[in-house]
Amino acid sequence: MDSKRNAKDAARAAAPRFLLDRCQVVPALIGRQEDFLHISGLAGAVYDLTALTNQGDNFYGLGGAMGAACMMGLGLALARPDKRVLVTTGDGELLMSLGALTTIAVVNPPNLSILCVDNGHYGETGYQVSHTSHGVDLEQIAQGAGIKMTRTVATEADIPEGARILRQGNGTAFVLVSVKPTDAPRVKLNLDGAVCRLAFREALLNGS
Amino acid sequence: MSPKTDADQAPRWQDELYDELRRNNITQIAYVPDAGHSILIDRSLADPEVHSVGLTSEEEGVAMLAGADLGGARGVLLMQSSGTGNCINMLSLISGSRFPFLTLITMRGEYGEGNPWQYSMGQAVEPVLKAMGVICLRVERPEDVVPSIRAAVTMVFQSGRAVAVLLAQKLLGAKKF
Repeated sequence: MDSKRNAKDAARAAAPRFLLDRCQVVPALIGRQEDFLHISGLAGAVYDLTALTNQGDNFYGLGGAMGAACMMGLGLALARPDKRVLVTTGDGELLMSLGALTTIAVVNPPNLSILCVDNGHYGETGYQVSHTSHGVDLEQIAQGAGIKMTRTVATEADIPEGARILRQGNGTAFVLVSVKPTDAPRVKLNLDGAVCRLAFREALLNGS
Repeated sequence: MSPKTDADQAPRWQDELYDELRRNNITQIAYVPDAGHSILIDRSLADPEVHSVGLTSEEEGVAMLAGADLGGARGVLLMQSSGTGNCINMLSLISGSRFPFLTLITMRGEYGEGNPWQYSMGQAVEPVLKAMGVICLRVERPEDVVPSIRAAVTMVFQSGRAVAVLLAQKLLGAKKF
């Protein structure tokens, strides 16, 4: 039992990490972005999704309130079981809200997926290392929280499976994508949350 | 079965409170375990029309209710005064984006409190919430519970405000130590 465990740990330690370019792999994993309602956390993730959706009305991105993204996704997914909800977050934000993973795992809404873009750093504040650079494995934490459908995307070969998991509907899905510590697309953000809220609700609730 | 007494037949204010929430189409109930909210929590868990979500920490509920609003659903966060402190930065999501927000807070650290640990946060609840833009409605008598909830629901879901209904220790009774 221990040797099996050790072999698994060794394989994880030797696995490639922090190699992919987020500017390419995030769009590749999400695919047709119009198929989702999007929530993104602050910092890198909000740039990734603002660029990908062209600040679309199916997207609500955070500029603060660090730690909110996953639970906003849960509330939205419960409110709209007819829609697929994708939360995009970073390693820093997720580390701040690990309890949310356990709460979400217990509820397990089938229309919710979480994509964590892990660059091992706090890019927004000057690229200080995060705990994931020291070996903290957020996919294993998600598994331990009880999320049954989890994957790590560390190489291009992993992308099709990661993309499939984000769109499957058997329960909440969690995909960790391991990327280089480089900037997300530098696009202009809409940081007026009240405007974004109204646009999102208008499009979803009144149909556009 | 023994004959019911008047006390058995009188509806508990907690039941009236729950019914009032449901009459107002509140369908997401986020909670942390709490003795003062136990009747509401149990009713929500037994209610097939409601998503009753237990949290690991109170700020999760603030974010969850913002997400519910994006999807057109109404929710309420049930917590204790001590949990208010865990929500402070997350309340910037509510005030910054003008999300409607309703929370019911069972108070500790006031009238008759026998645990000194409860005073720091209990006494800070109102100033902290006001600083974050949350309006506080304080309830001390059973007959004021339902009218206060009705007022809060109007303020939140019609006028788009953030409102905390504080269920005072005088209403709930101080825990014995």
